[in-house]
Amino acid sequence: MTWTLFLEHTLNGLQYGVFLFLVSAGLTLVFGIMNMVNLAHGSLYMIGAYAAAWMFQLTGSFFLALAFALPFALIAGMLIEITTLRTLYTRDHLDQVLATFGMILFFNQLMIVIFGGGSQMIDMPSFLRGQLEFIPGIPYPSFRLAVIGVGILVAIGLFIIITRTRIGMLIRAGASNRSMLNALGVNVRRLYTIVFGFGALLAGLAGTMAGPLSSVEPGMGESILILAFVCIVIGGIGSIRGAFVASIIVGLVEIYGRSTLKLALVEVLGQEAGQTAAPALASMSIYILMAFILFFKPQGLFPARTG
Amino acid sequence: MTRLFGNPRIFVLMICLLILAVLPYVATLLQQEFLYRVGTRIMIYAIAAVSLDLILGFGGMVSFGHAVFIGLGGYSIGILSHYGITNGFLQFAVAIAGCAIFAGLTGAICLRTGGLYFIMITLAFSQMLYYLGIGLEEFGGDDGFRVENSVFFPGFSLGNRLILYYVTFVVLVGVLIGLSIMVNSRFGMVLRGSYSNERRMKAIGFPTYRYKLVAYILAGAICGVAGGLFVNLMNFMTPAYMHWEQSGDLLVMIIVGGVATLFGGVVGSAVWVLSEIFMPILIDIVWPGMGTNWKLVFGPLLILIVLYFKRGIFGSIPDRWKGGHAAASTSGGHH
Repeated sequence: MTWTLFLEHTLNGLQYGVFLFLVSAGLTLVFGIMNMVNLAHGSLYMIGAYAAAWMFQLTGSFFLALAFALPFALIAGMLIEITTLRTLYTRDHLDQVLATFGMILFFNQLMIVIFGGGSQMIDMPSFLRGQLEFIPGIPYPSFRLAVIGVGILVAIGLFIIITRTRIGMLIRAGASNRSMLNALGVNVRRLYTIVFGFGALLAGLAGTMAGPLSSVEPGMGESILILAFVCIVIGGIGSIRGAFVASIIVGLVEIYGRSTLKLALVEVLGQEAGQTAAPALASMSIYILMAFILFFKPQGLFPARTG
Repeated sequence: MTRLFGNPRIFVLMICLLILAVLPYVATLLQQEFLYRVGTRIMIYAIAAVSLDLILGFGGMVSFGHAVFIGLGGYSIGILSHYGITNGFLQFAVAIAGCAIFAGLTGAICLRTGGLYFIMITLAFSQMLYYLGIGLEEFGGDDGFRVENSVFFPGFSLGNRLILYYVTFVVLVGVLIGLSIMVNSRFGMVLRGSYSNERRMKAIGFPTYRYKLVAYILAGAICGVAGGLFVNLMNFMTPAYMHWEQSGDLLVMIIVGGVATLFGGVVGSAVWVLSEIFMPILIDIVWPGMGTNWKLVFGPLLILIVLYFKRGIFGSIPDRWKGGHAAASTSGGHH
């Protein structure tokens, strides 16, 4: 592999990792603070993408689609939280898994009923359609660069919110002792709803940005959801920093795995078998990485020190 | 009369098993041949669900990747038959051994963690094999491949649907009897003890990790048998059998039937398979054309079951006759 190819794969890996981070950030917040496993998070990603696709097909503008999808995902998330998930906070993980599994079934089918089984389209904004040569000799699609940029901005923003602002302090306090915070007069229920909605918004953002890169279709949330779970488990559940680091690692491993394994396997197994085996083995490598990390650090890389 | 059966649960259990026992006869009588397949399918899922209930209901291990053993058992038998080895004894021995070894290796890692981590790492291992299956170009990759039936003796092949039906039935009954003896044995008590209070069990001196690992291996091996029977029913093997949704389905079966009741898995599996068949028909009657979207109804139904009907169908049946004395417990009793 040449040097330029390596850099290109690194950028692809970063972009993929940033995606994973946008999804896993909400997931890890919800888990860290509410001790809640939410499989329906992938559905919020899908709902955001569909909302954007609908708006895009109506107006043809990516930014209008984004502007519509974000509040839509936020409100959808809050509605889900208020109607159902709220009652699940005190239940055990099995109940949470099953109830949110039911939600996945529902939302996937709902999208099929409303939009049909086929995939929907979102085009990227025209000024991001070209390529940018910000590292000399390596032209890279501007839209993907924008995705990386947005992801990093969100990561910084989240970090500042969590560590520097009042609401971030409340979130951390709620994570370490929910009843004490409640006793001090903070409306913890509302705080949870807000945090949940915010996580949904991030998922919707990821879904919208995924639109131009991959297809918007029923079930699109699950593949990314499982990877996001891998990220938050590797990173240490509840830790934003862990989720970020793990997402980038997983993104890079997936992309490097795909490209280098393909070259190696095509050599060994021949063209056709190598083409099939490489993506599968690259996907496997992520889970092997996860098993490896959990074997040595059962609490993940950055165990959150909360109750 | 009622005293004949220890408690209402055993009464219901006996009736269900009786129905399963005579189902092929009824199917032939009514000339509804598809009942064979339905019955076999229910029992195969039941074996898988019951094995999951052992670790979930009695050991508190919420595995979100149990279907991996269906896939592993299926691949063991499929791959052997692909290379012309159709001896059923050998095939199932390989399936059981393969699943036990995989369960031992992964279980040793999974059980170091707990809670959500356990859920996710079991999911991860099942995804790992799922992608491995997709990568197996030799065996059709994503599309899967045809599998010949296992032959135990000349003339005794699982290709005969009656033989397959009763072999599955015998395996199911055997698993139910074996596991209900087990959960009430010393081993089962230690397992249940480490679920209700692991720290205390450790303090008394039980190596709970080892007990849980043995239960995990046993559950994996049993589920591997279910996988082997499943490919014999479908005559086909694809990675889709170990897709994570299958693992979710198994969890659904247990919760619908009743956690920590063992037989609840059978009830849940019957409900699941029958809803797959009849819910579309029912919905089509109420709202024509919507039948294929039955999951739109099933999803919210599942949420309602989790929220308000946690004990499940079989779990809601009292485990003693009204006014009678408590019978020997067949239920897990951890609530």
